[in-house]
Amino acid sequence: MIIAIASGKGGTGKTTVAVSLAISIGKNVQLVDCDVEEPNTHIFIKPKINKKENVSIKIPQVDLEKCNFCGKCSSVCAFNAIAVTPWSVSIFSELCHSCGACIYFCPQNAISEIDKPIGTIEIGERNELNFIQGKLNVGQAMPTPIIKAVKKYIDCSKCAIIDAPPGTSCAMVHSVINSNYCILVTEPTPFGLNDLKLAVAVLIKLKIPFGVIINRCGLGNNEVEKYCQGRDIKVLMKIPFSREIAESYSFGKPLIESLPEYKEAFQKLFRMLESNYG
Amino acid sequence: MKICITSSGDNLESQIDQRFGRCQYFIIFDDTNDTFEAIANPNVDAGSGAGIQSAQLVVAKKPSMLITGEVGPKAEKVLQAANLKIITGENGSIKEAIEKFCSPMVRE
Repeated sequence: MIIAIASGKGGTGKTTVAVSLAISIGKNVQLVDCDVEEPNTHIFIKPKINKKENVSIKIPQVDLEKCNFCGKCSSVCAFNAIAVTPWSVSIFSELCHSCGACIYFCPQNAISEIDKPIGTIEIGERNELNFIQGKLNVGQAMPTPIIKAVKKYIDCSKCAIIDAPPGTSCAMVHSVINSNYCILVTEPTPFGLNDLKLAVAVLIKLKIPFGVIINRCGLGNNEVEKYCQGRDIKVLMKIPFSREIAESYSFGKPLIESLPEYKEAFQKLFRMLESNYG
Repeated sequence: MKICITSSGDNLESQIDQRFGRCQYFIIFDDTNDTFEAIANPNVDAGSGAGIQSAQLVVAKKPSMLITGEVGPKAEKVLQAANLKIITGENGSIKEAIEKFCSPMVRE
């Protein structure tokens, strides 16, 4: 079973929930950090990393001996990553999506593919928890190839908990896609609600069942709850706005380890998801 | 000599468009016969790479000088590869730019 933890708004508590849920399951569980621009579950899990792997994308390289500067590669590039002038070809690899159209259409066969490293995957463990995270290299702009590479390590015989990046862009979509269930973590503030609505729209489009955890309850207003009631969205859990929880987080301690009363709540949540969506 | 000026409109009374890649029009002025061509920029709403495509379009028109407000780093790379002289930080009308940068014979 794959459970993705997403949010819309950043900083609502995705990692807190993902880490606590994964630890509460205990055995046969993988914690998959797909927030490759700044993976942070490792701070709480402190895994022993056993394996590292580089992730590269394919980018075009032009052989100027063969090129006749016809401009076909530039005109077929959907991402405007190639500029051809009468005597130069400029490739902007940061815009390239590795689709291969330029290579396919080049009438001179002047374009080949080369590897461009963009990040790494790290695989490790803590106790019986499998840990996988992707890291995008600093300065790179394309997280999705790393997210796809990370997700290849998901073992279907286990339960995978995916910590998704914030937002509702490609990175979030690729992180949550093919999940059996998605938990949206939000906070009861106007920003939390606004971005929750965006995330809900994405999940409806992707046909992924979802529920909401309201974190920092007591802060802000009750508009998030009203919205969930009105749309018939299940509120799975409420985590209060408390200094104790914030302190535990700031020390890098998983919520369910510093406040063990949450362990049962997360276990109960997992049993419910497993029996209904597993 | 042909010069290219990024413009907010399609005539010489228009103001210089401060953006290069997403400017509204490119005005290509030819001072050998005092004529100009206004090209509506097809890259105004490009998702990405507007500057790159605009640079390619401008280079294909073979001007010897580009006058604009700001040029981004990607567009600049393409323009420099074509040895195009880039003048940034200009404002005012297209007509004023032509008077400032073209040969005195066009000034009247």
